[in-house]
Amino acid sequence: MKKIRIVLAEDDEDDRLFFKEAINQLDLNTEIKFVADGDELLKYLNDPESHFPDLVFLDLNMPRKGGIQSLSEIRASQKLTGLSVAIYSTSSSDEDIENCFIGGANVYIKKPNNIESLKSVLFKVITTNHQYINSTMNKDNFLMVV
Amino acid sequence: MKQVLGYQTHTLVRKVIEKEIEKLGIEYSYSGTGHIELMNDINSEDYNKLKLNLLEYGIYIQSNHQQQMVQRIKDAIDEFLSFEENYNYNLSTYISEKLELNYTYASNLFSENTLITIQSHIILKKIERAKIMMLSGKYSLTEIAYKLNYSSPAHFSGQFKKVTGLTASQFEKIISKRNFSDSEN
Repeated sequence: MKKIRIVLAEDDEDDRLFFKEAINQLDLNTEIKFVADGDELLKYLNDPESHFPDLVFLDLNMPRKGGIQSLSEIRASQKLTGLSVAIYSTSSSDEDIENCFIGGANVYIKKPNNIESLKSVLFKVITTNHQYINSTMNKDNFLMVV
Repeated sequence: MKQVLGYQTHTLVRKVIEKEIEKLGIEYSYSGTGHIELMNDINSEDYNKLKLNLLEYGIYIQSNHQQQMVQRIKDAIDEFLSFEENYNYNLSTYISEKLELNYTYASNLFSENTLITIQSHIILKKIERAKIMMLSGKYSLTEIAYKLNYSSPAHFSGQFKKVTGLTASQFEKIISKRNFSDSEN
């Protein structure tokens, strides 16, 4: 099966390692690219040399360019329309969740604090996104909280 | 003015495919569920042209046999869900009769190639249909639940929440706010 390409934008190194470990333990054919903030993310996404990812995970609080700003730039870009964005955040306030969705996020993940829950969350998000991409479903209606 | 569109993917896809094949003057027969038989051998130039033209609509010619089968299973599921009268049948019987396949074989093939089981795929598809019906504004949640063959509105709401993490009304609220903020910009 085709490789699933994932980008994680996250400034915290521990969080990146945790994420990497969880994803590697899943039996999915994935390839991860890490970027440390929104600036680096947008540069990567707009670089014609980069592979277009299936899914971007976006931390809300990052230096230079944060998650909300990055999300709005992704949604405003014609080239990046159609990219699935999952917000990856410690906040679980209804207001934050709603604002991310209104801003164009597809998935809102409340950062789990143990590896088993992170694994099951990532599995659900990656496989659901895979269906949206491969089974003619309208991505505008792809909203999910996990 | 924003309008909500409802559409039947399989009708749409069929029309596009027919148009594109006819454009190249190829004789074909359409046997449903996205399965097409070309009556004559076509040259590779025409084949590539057809492949590229269809790709513009996001339609792939599946070259590998397993992918072809998975696509046919997906199409059979879409077709099953599109007509309420099908709900009298058992889906596994429907799939195996329609595709002349053993259901266990079909279901293994499906999971191996799509990352999820046929059952989860169907749940996801039903929830997607429910979303389109909700956004059309024509149906109450109770009507949607029965139209999609849930045993009760509570069963439907429970499954919606389980799949999306949102309640049906949260979902509607977010989409309407999103559309509103789009039209302001």
